[in-house]
Amino acid sequence: MEQDDPREIVIELEGVEKSFGTQKVLEDVSLQVRAGTTTVIVGASGQGKSVILKHMLGLMLPDAGTVRVFGHDLARCSKQTLREIRQSFGVLFQNVALFDSMTIYDNVALPLRERTRHSEKEIRQTVEEKLAMMGLEGHGEKFPAQVSGGMQKRVGLARALVLNPKVVFFDEPTTGLDVSKSNEIYRLFFETQARLNYTAVIVSHDVPKIFKLSDYVALMANRRLQGCMPPEAFQLSDNPLIRGFVLETMGPIYSSETEESLLYETL
Amino acid sequence: MATAVRTLGAEALRAVETLGCFGLFLVISLWGIVKPPYKLMPVVRQIRFIGAHSLFVIMFTGLFSGMVLGLQGYYTLSKFGSVGFLGGAVSLSLLRELGPVLAALMVIGRAGSAMCAEVGIMRNSEQIDALECMAIDPVEYLIVPKLLAGILVMPLLTSIFDVIGIFGGYLIGGKLFGVSAGSYFQGMYSSVGWQDVEMGLVKSLVFGLLLVWICTAKGFYLHRERGGGFGAEGVSRTTTGAVVLASVSVLVWDYLISAIML
Ligand SMILES: Nc1ncnc2c1ncn2[C@@H]1O[C@H](COP(=O)(O)OP(=O)(O)OP(=O)(O)O)[C@@H](O)[C@H]1O
Ligand SMILES: [Mg+2]
Repeated sequence: MEQDDPREIVIELEGVEKSFGTQKVLEDVSLQVRAGTTTVIVGASGQGKSVILKHMLGLMLPDAGTVRVFGHDLARCSKQTLREIRQSFGVLFQNVALFDSMTIYDNVALPLRERTRHSEKEIRQTVEEKLAMMGLEGHGEKFPAQVSGGMQKRVGLARALVLNPKVVFFDEPTTGLDVSKSNEIYRLFFETQARLNYTAVIVSHDVPKIFKLSDYVALMANRRLQGCMPPEAFQLSDNPLIRGFVLETMGPIYSSETEESLLYETL
Repeated sequence: MATAVRTLGAEALRAVETLGCFGLFLVISLWGIVKPPYKLMPVVRQIRFIGAHSLFVIMFTGLFSGMVLGLQGYYTLSKFGSVGFLGGAVSLSLLRELGPVLAALMVIGRAGSAMCAEVGIMRNSEQIDALECMAIDPVEYLIVPKLLAGILVMPLLTSIFDVIGIFGGYLIGGKLFGVSAGSYFQGMYSSVGWQDVEMGLVKSLVFGLLLVWICTAKGFYLHRERGGGFGAEGVSRTTTGAVVLASVSVLVWDYLISAIML
C-alpha cells in the first residue's frame, strides 16, 4: 500500500546489508520514505534501528545494496553533494552527541553560526525562541553535563530544528522524558511538521503514542524491516512478528493487569 | 607459518592504510588553510591555547637550557682556554638545534596531548559525526584553526626560547664565571649567521605543522586505532601514542632538516 503513495520519495533503501565482524545486523533492508510523511521505526533493543538511521545519514556505508537520498546514492556521491544533502537534515542522535565543551546556547547556535550569515543578534533571537519552545529558558549558559538527561534530549531537539530542516532524523526523541514532557514534544512535532512540512524518520519505543504521529510504521526484527504501513494497518497486520510486537506492546489491557497482579502476588 | 604471513600482510596493509589516511588528512587540512572562508576568531583562540598558554613553560625551559649550556660550555671551553667562544657556542646550539626541538617537545606535551584528547573524545562521543550531519566539515571546523595556529605560533615560541636561553647562558657565563658581556655577545655576533637563524625558523615551522598534524590526526582517527580506541582508556592510550609519535617525528625531522640544510 506504500507503493500507491503519490508523494515523491526522499529516502530509499534498497537491499541494504550490513555486518559488524561476524555479526549480521541488516539483511536485505528496503524502505521508502516519502516527502512530508513521518516514518516510525520500532523494534526491540539491539535490532539495528540506529544502524539504519546511520545509513540514511551517510555515516555508515552498506556492505551491499544502496541508500539513496534525494536520488543520490550516498556511497557514490561526492563529498560536496553529501554536504549539500546534509544541509537539509536535522539530526538527533540516540546519545544526543551535544558538544560538551560548549554551553547549551552555543550548541544550538552553532549551526546558525557556521552555516548562515545571520548577525549575532538574529542568532540570539532564533536560539532563544527554540530554547523556549523546548522549555529550556534560562538554561542557555549551562553546559550539557550540568543539565539532566531529558534536558539534554531537548537541547538536541532544539539544535536539530534550529535551521528548519527539510528532513529530520530523531533517534528516540522522548526516551528519558516524563509523560507530560513527551506529550509536549509530540505536540511540537505535530505543529512544526504542519508548519514546515518536513519529512521525518523517527526511531521510538513509545508505542502506541507514536502511532498517532506517524504515517508509516516499520518494525525492525530478525535483521529485516517488517512491513512499512500506516499505523492502522500495522496494528491489524497478520505478519506474525508484527502481531507479536503489537500484542506485546499494546496488548489487551486486561491481560497485562492479570499478569501484573500475578507478578505482585509472587513478590 | 601461513598465519604468520597473513598477520604480516594484514599489518602491512593496515600501516599503509593509516599512512594514507594521515596523509590525506594533512592535505585536506592544508587545503582548508588556503581556501576561503577565512575565519579569524577560531585561529586566535587556538593561538591563545597553543601559544599564550605555553609561554611560561617555554620561557622557563628556555632559561634553564641556556643556563646549563652556559655551565657546560664554560667548563669545556675553559679547558681549551677559549671561553671567548662561549657566546657563539651557546647561541649556535640554541638557534640551530635545542631551541626548535625543546620548544616543540614542550608544546607537544602541553598542547599536543590536549588537542589529541579533545578531538579523540569528540570522535568517541559521536560529536564529530554530529558535525558532519550538520553539514559542517569537521576538519575545517576543528583541525584547520589548530594547524594554522601551530604553524604561526611555533616560530614565535622558538624565538622566545632562543632569546631567553641566550640570556640564560650569559647569566651563568657572565655573572657566575665572569666572562665579560662584550666578549659573550661579540662571540655570538661574529659566529651566528643568517643561515643559522633560518634553519631554526624552518625547523620550528615544520615542527609546528608536524606536531599538530600527528596529534589531531591520531585523535580524529581514534576509531581506526588497533582495538577500536574505545572509551576513556582508548583516548588515553591514543593520546600517549600521539605524544610519543610526535616527539619521535620531531627528532627524526630535526636530523633530516639539519642534513638537508647543512
Ligand atoms: N559501530 C558498531 N560496531 C559494531 N557493532 C555495532 C556497531 N553499531 C551497532 N552495532 C551492533 O548492531 C546491533 C544493532 O545496534 P543498534 O544500535 O542499531 O540497535 P538499536 O536497534 O538502535 O537498539 P536500541 O533500541 O537499544 O537503541 C547491535 O547488536 C550492536 O552491537
Ligand atoms: Mg538505537
